[in-house]
Amino acid sequence: MRDLAFFALAGCLLAAAFAVVTAKSLFRAAFALSGALVTTAGFYLLLSAPLLAAVQILLYTGGVLTLVVFALVVAGANTEGARWRRPIPAALTSLAVFAVLAVSARKLLAGAPVGGLESGKDVGLLLFHDYLVPFELLSVLLLGAVFGALLLARKDRPE
Amino acid sequence: MTLVNLLLVAAAVFAIGVYGVLARRHAIGVLLSVELMFNAVNLAIVAISWSKGLLAGVVLVLFGIAITVAEIAVGLALVLLASRVRKSVILDDLSELKG
Repeated sequence: MRDLAFFALAGCLLAAAFAVVTAKSLFRAAFALSGALVTTAGFYLLLSAPLLAAVQILLYTGGVLTLVVFALVVAGANTEGARWRRPIPAALTSLAVFAVLAVSARKLLAGAPVGGLESGKDVGLLLFHDYLVPFELLSVLLLGAVFGALLLARKDRPE
Repeated sequence: MTLVNLLLVAAAVFAIGVYGVLARRHAIGVLLSVELMFNAVNLAIVAISWSKGLLAGVVLVLFGIAITVAEIAVGLALVLLASRVRKSVILDDLSELKG
């Protein structure tokens, strides 16, 4: 059952990822990306990290999809003429990256133990006890990002 | 479902993202591909921490997700700025800094 779910999710994830990079319309690519992100949330559920799956769907998929669709509407999804730039070298590079990653994963981690994660409460403890300082720094980073994005994107800029 | 299978899936998604970054001409398309690569790395981190039974990987991915959302907000602001100032978001048209 677990294996069946794994292979189904893997198929969906790879198909969605392929659609992200090959879709002609960038709107379609954005929705394929949200499909890939939701499928990854399925993987997180399978790996017994339900909190992460919830965060992935609520924060990541929702936030990124909204922002990207908004930017596509404003900036225009028009790609004008030649859509791809050097597709064959790009495909070769991508295959080389996959080969390196796959070989190293097989060599280094074959026969690794299959464990499991206890979750929920312990993640909260870890987050608000051991990693409290990074957590607070993260809020500063998010504030900086919001101000930076506003400053960059606003219309009336003083010269 | 073994760790190596999970990592192979993550590696494949990462490689597809690399292709997208190299081959897309539209800046937002490149950003989408970057998100795909980031997602693959997250999946690999969670898979390894699942295999070892360590929760720190989950916390790392939580931090990573928050940072990525900040990153894409700034990235899209840059794209909007480029579309307004340079009237183009095609990366080949934005190559003044090339030596």
